[in-house]
Amino acid sequence: MSRPLHLAVELDGEGAHPAAWRRASHAPAALLTPERVRALAQVAENAGATLATFDDSLLPPDGVGPVGRIGAVERAAFAAVHTSVLGLAPVVSTTYSEPFHVSSQLASLDFAATGRAAWLVAATADPAAARSLGRPTVEGEEALRREARDAGRVARDLWDSWEDDAAVRDVDTGRYLDRDKLHYIDFVGETYTVKGPAIVPRPPQGQLVVLAPAGLLPAGAADVELVEGRSVADLAGDGPGLRFAEVEIALDTPAHTAAERLADLDRHAPWAAGPRLRYAGPPGGLMALLEELAGVVDGVRLRPAVLDEDLPELSARVLPALFRSGTAARPQPGTSLRTTLGLTRPASRFARHLTPVEGTA
Amino acid sequence: MSSTDYPRPHAQLHLGVFFQGVNHWTIWSLPESGSQIDFSSFRRMIGTAERGLFDAFFLGEGLRLRESGGKIHDLDVAGRPDAITQLAALAGLTSRIGLVATQNTTYNEPADLARRLSGLDLLSNGRAGWNVVTTDNAWTGENFRRGGYLDHADRYVRAEQFLTVARQIWDSWDTDAIATSTDAEDWADPKGIATVGARTSQFDVEITPTLPRSPQGHPVIFQAGDSAEGRDFAARNADVIFSAHGSDFADALAFATDIRARLRTAGRSEDALRILPGTEIVLGDTEEEAAEKAHWIRLHQVTPATALAIAGQVWGIDLSDRDADGPLPAEDPVVVEPTGEMGSRRWKDPREIVRTWRDTAEARGLSLRETVIALGPQRGHVGTPAGLAEKFAHFVRAGAVDGFNISPYLTPDGLDDIVDRLVPELQERGVYRERYAGTTLREHLGLAGSGFFR
Repeated sequence: MSRPLHLAVELDGEGAHPAAWRRASHAPAALLTPERVRALAQVAENAGATLATFDDSLLPPDGVGPVGRIGAVERAAFAAVHTSVLGLAPVVSTTYSEPFHVSSQLASLDFAATGRAAWLVAATADPAAARSLGRPTVEGEEALRREARDAGRVARDLWDSWEDDAAVRDVDTGRYLDRDKLHYIDFVGETYTVKGPAIVPRPPQGQLVVLAPAGLLPAGAADVELVEGRSVADLAGDGPGLRFAEVEIALDTPAHTAAERLADLDRHAPWAAGPRLRYAGPPGGLMALLEELAGVVDGVRLRPAVLDEDLPELSARVLPALFRSGTAARPQPGTSLRTTLGLTRPASRFARHLTPVEGTA
Repeated sequence: MSSTDYPRPHAQLHLGVFFQGVNHWTIWSLPESGSQIDFSSFRRMIGTAERGLFDAFFLGEGLRLRESGGKIHDLDVAGRPDAITQLAALAGLTSRIGLVATQNTTYNEPADLARRLSGLDLLSNGRAGWNVVTTDNAWTGENFRRGGYLDHADRYVRAEQFLTVARQIWDSWDTDAIATSTDAEDWADPKGIATVGARTSQFDVEITPTLPRSPQGHPVIFQAGDSAEGRDFAARNADVIFSAHGSDFADALAFATDIRARLRTAGRSEDALRILPGTEIVLGDTEEEAAEKAHWIRLHQVTPATALAIAGQVWGIDLSDRDADGPLPAEDPVVVEPTGEMGSRRWKDPREIVRTWRDTAEARGLSLRETVIALGPQRGHVGTPAGLAEKFAHFVRAGAVDGFNISPYLTPDGLDDIVDRLVPELQERGVYRERYAGTTLREHLGLAGSGFFR
């Protein structure tokens, strides 16, 4: 039997459907409140999800949905203190951001979440983002991938730039730091350089879990690739890291079928079918689909159409059965996200491993 | 004099706590010295401050690890979290205390930073503050995409333009822009959200902001520069000024008088700005005990290695192999150009400084380390809880300060005796709140208005 699936859930806005806010159980402004951020994170954690992701952009979302959005890193940090086992993965774009700031923010999230933080790497193609930051537009897929590759590299180097035991607190010599365990990263890319070391010490997980859409980062640079496909067969594949399938879902609720709910929302704005697998129907069908996926990918990222309607169904009718059948596993208290995902905690790439041990030469 | 003779007989003291990130004033060598980076330390410190009804909790910012002599400086506490990220987490553990993030205008952009501060402000229901700082050295710029640096003269130009754009972003949403019902035509009225454009010497940007105002309108603006430019910048822009003028009464009053004059020049009310000097507070059961404790603390802050490092910077040579408890170095100092290391510290002529050091050491028979301590900054107030409460009541009623921003010498328990012993004495004298009256930082500070500039 295949290994249990890892379950991630996307918590941005009111849900994946562009008109989701119309079926939310609260007035629109409640979206931008601490109570909302806390409630969603706690529902996801109590349901047994391994990971929550928080989409983000500097720009307002297109179309008819909410145009307000608190930054993903801030939401994840706030959610960190209201959860204890849920992994937290904010989207942070690589295209125009300052990698030094991004690295510090994410490492700090890992400290606040005591080892449950991840980074969902994104690229920003919209020139309006460049205009808002007063920077020249990065154009073309290749340039976007270059920026993502460099930002990812800088973040990882900075997380490693303090060895785990760099703060030695040696009272005899008066040294707080062992400067030999701190490292300049001296990154030189095509568009910028970064000196290092980090300001934030090495995060609890050593390296945060890095998630990225398939193809954005070089092979092996992401711990988890998010893969798209319209059918289970389309999702088959292989990679050096874990592979999570993107799955859009709308579930029957006691009051309405998924089809009725979607028809209601589609009157306001169509939920155009994209490259992702989509499931709409009774909870049992989703369970069957996830059981099928368990043989093909390592995990799924569920994108509920309407968080207020689909999360309770997931929580009550889908996830418990998946845990009972062993199709998926809940994260265990006290473990890091890396551990939950079966990833090891890497040593710092700058640490010297070659110190000869006396008597073994 | 009786309290009614004071210019501000009913003034209240405002307290903040500064969780220090990089410094040798936080003692790391004692058994009770906790972690500087574990989240539990921040949780503990801010919990104590909120129990003590403090106005605010402050975090500094670091953009490059400090160096001395071209090497990473290894004697001081170092390593800190990103301020806004940390405060967003702490917002979830607190309900009243203000959350102030030091953030640089040189290596940030308004669209990003104003949005992050708005997010903190919303997640805390109106408790965010921004301590506006600038950098003027290329050494820090080596960590940033934009690289480079700003001329010393341009740093406040950019800061002021940055603040103007940030305020436009914070004001961009009408208060009723968001729909009140899920049946509304749009989630938000497109006419209720303004696009922000700026074409200035520092910015050429166009932004569509994504967040409404918080319950306090804008994040509260803090500023800490002490130069004439810095003071003018604060008088024009800030809600709160941190100062280094809070130990000596006459010095504090002169500073406050100067700031009030600058406020008038800037066309603002004298009451538009709160003055919170940074300070260290050492308490004892008697004056003698407090003085002894203060000296003991100083010896742990200025260790032999730290004394030699400080002297080495003055002399411009490596003194790390000397005896800190012996005499001052016999040689003359080497005059070196400032490199921007250790931040943007600039030295006066070292020959002049060394002359002062020698005169002091000779006159008082001091060792090198004792001289460093004697000539180091006078960082605060030492006394009994009752004595300091009297003193602070005098400071605040006389208009010399509006309060203090306390730097505890121990993490994370360094605030405990201040909250448990000094705060009740202040309350007894009627100069400190018995409970929080409002929920926002702006309300705690008694700042008029909502921060709206529109």
